[in-house]
Amino acid sequence: MSFLELNKVTKIYPNGTKAVHETSMNVENGEFMVFVGPSGCGKSTLLRMIAGLEDITEGYINLDGILINKVDPSDRDVAMVFQNYALYPHMNVYNNLAYGLKNRGISKEDIEKKVNEAAKLLQISEYLQRKPSMLSGGQRQRVAMGRAIVRSPKIFLFDEPLSNLDAKLRIQMRLEIKKLQQKVGVTSIFVTHDQVEAMTLADRLAVINNGLIEQLGTPIEIYNNPKSMFVAGFIGSPQMNFLEGELKNKTLTSEGFEINNVTSDFNGPVILGIRPEHMSQTDKGLINLSVDLVEQLGSDNLIYGEIKNKKDFCFRCPGSQIIKKGSKLSLNINDNNYYVFDKSNGNRVN
Amino acid sequence: MIRYFSSNFSHLILLIGIFIMIIPVWLIFASSTHTASIINTQGLQFFLGDKFLENYTKVLLYEGGFFKEITALKMFLNSFLMATGVAFLSVISSLMTAYVLVYFRVKYATLLFWIIFITILVPLELRIFPTYSVMSTLNLVNSYWGLIIPISASAIATLFFRQFYKTIPDELLESAKLDGANTWRFFIDFLVPLSKTMIVAMFIFMFVFGYNQYLWPILVTSSEQYWTVVMGLKMMSGSIVNKFAFVIMSMIPPVLIIIVLQKYFIKGIFQDK
Repeated sequence: MSFLELNKVTKIYPNGTKAVHETSMNVENGEFMVFVGPSGCGKSTLLRMIAGLEDITEGYINLDGILINKVDPSDRDVAMVFQNYALYPHMNVYNNLAYGLKNRGISKEDIEKKVNEAAKLLQISEYLQRKPSMLSGGQRQRVAMGRAIVRSPKIFLFDEPLSNLDAKLRIQMRLEIKKLQQKVGVTSIFVTHDQVEAMTLADRLAVINNGLIEQLGTPIEIYNNPKSMFVAGFIGSPQMNFLEGELKNKTLTSEGFEINNVTSDFNGPVILGIRPEHMSQTDKGLINLSVDLVEQLGSDNLIYGEIKNKKDFCFRCPGSQIIKKGSKLSLNINDNNYYVFDKSNGNRVN
Repeated sequence: MIRYFSSNFSHLILLIGIFIMIIPVWLIFASSTHTASIINTQGLQFFLGDKFLENYTKVLLYEGGFFKEITALKMFLNSFLMATGVAFLSVISSLMTAYVLVYFRVKYATLLFWIIFITILVPLELRIFPTYSVMSTLNLVNSYWGLIIPISASAIATLFFRQFYKTIPDELLESAKLDGANTWRFFIDFLVPLSKTMIVAMFIFMFVFGYNQYLWPILVTSSEQYWTVVMGLKMMSGSIVNKFAFVIMSMIPPVLIIIVLQKYFIKGIFQDK
């Protein structure tokens, strides 16, 4: 039996909106699970159902062997870090951390010990007497995490906690969250719409779309082996290129080129997906790209151009390669690293 | 230059306003320090006289009323009790009403709120007969509770607290819930401290409101024991200088409470978080 079990969990709001459809998944003890998806896909709702902040319409949730559907949020022993941190503005940092412990009737000495430990771990010991309004964004973020850690809950829930930080701080805090989670070893669920955050943090990743889990797996599995067009397009940056095509007797025809020996028995209209980083330049390649725009990132160049009817086709090459606007490139797909999706439903067919 | 001129100009207007308001008060104060005969023969005085102590002590200890049961000192006590009672009760009831309206899953909470708000259109003076009859049924005529209770529910204060609560992010409640705060704890540990400045502002507001009551205390009390200062202003017998002295003294409590608490008062009315 898994640490956290979701079984056919469904959320229907009173106005009839179905936010989460019969979602089932297991999260193991100590695992870092990330829910990723576009905004409004139901990932936050799912998290809030685990926290107990939303009622569960159907299905059940088991935490550590206990059915928690009807358990009050305060008795679930879960801690949550909110997007805007939700620090208590009238309490200083110490009391922010101590409040949850006080309510659980823990003795003063123990509270002090735990708060000081957590503060040390998060390097906020100097700020314990300050009010949240006197802290910077990164410090507030730490306090919010401290408030979760100090209670040593069964599970940490993070609801897009990094989206209010600037880019540099976000990367730094991402790293710290990951380190912290490995150090403390508490099962964590992290909700984000940022696929880079998702890829870097997750032990396992759930890609959610329209209230359904599209794919569940390790970040690398999902990157290498997306099951649907949605997942393929969502994971990976820059985004995968999608080309329209036709698959017939294992031969794929698309935008002026053909691929033979496709490992699929599917016949009919398809979408061909190629990641920008899975191509390289050759003399007589499959794809002929006329370059419209070059984005130089330093380490890499992102080349955007046109192939037959498809605009903004992206190709990624090392930053050392100098490519001019207007030039023509000939590209090959490396190691047959392409994906074929059924055009009608977006499912992977190769 | 324009800014300099306009700020000086607005100061000038304010100064004129202050003079217009202060001069009558000063006239009464200056006159209250003279003997009655000077006022009667020479009219209001602009400069201070030498009977300050004499006139004021006489007023404080003078036994007034038909039955000589009341002194000014007792009236101040009555007014203080009434004003504080009204302020306390209305702040507490408004805080709690707003809490229920905003945070409980009350059906038609908005409608209920507006119904409460409409009571502003029906001041005590309009419903004075039924109110009196309720108080009399409850045997509260001629008592402090009778003075306090009918005016200690404030729709305005409820409005202020409700609007304030609505600005508090939901995450705060959710976070508190996860931290084990129940309904009562959330109110005591979060809403009350967060609305501290507004509580003080509303307290002052309602204190002055309670202190200024005239018609209701006259109706609900027949015993001189319960006379308040504002009633006393009308009922007080004695010479003109004593009346003046009493008028001046009657102004002190509300002014004092505003001066002491003005920092919070301004913060509360002009909302900072």
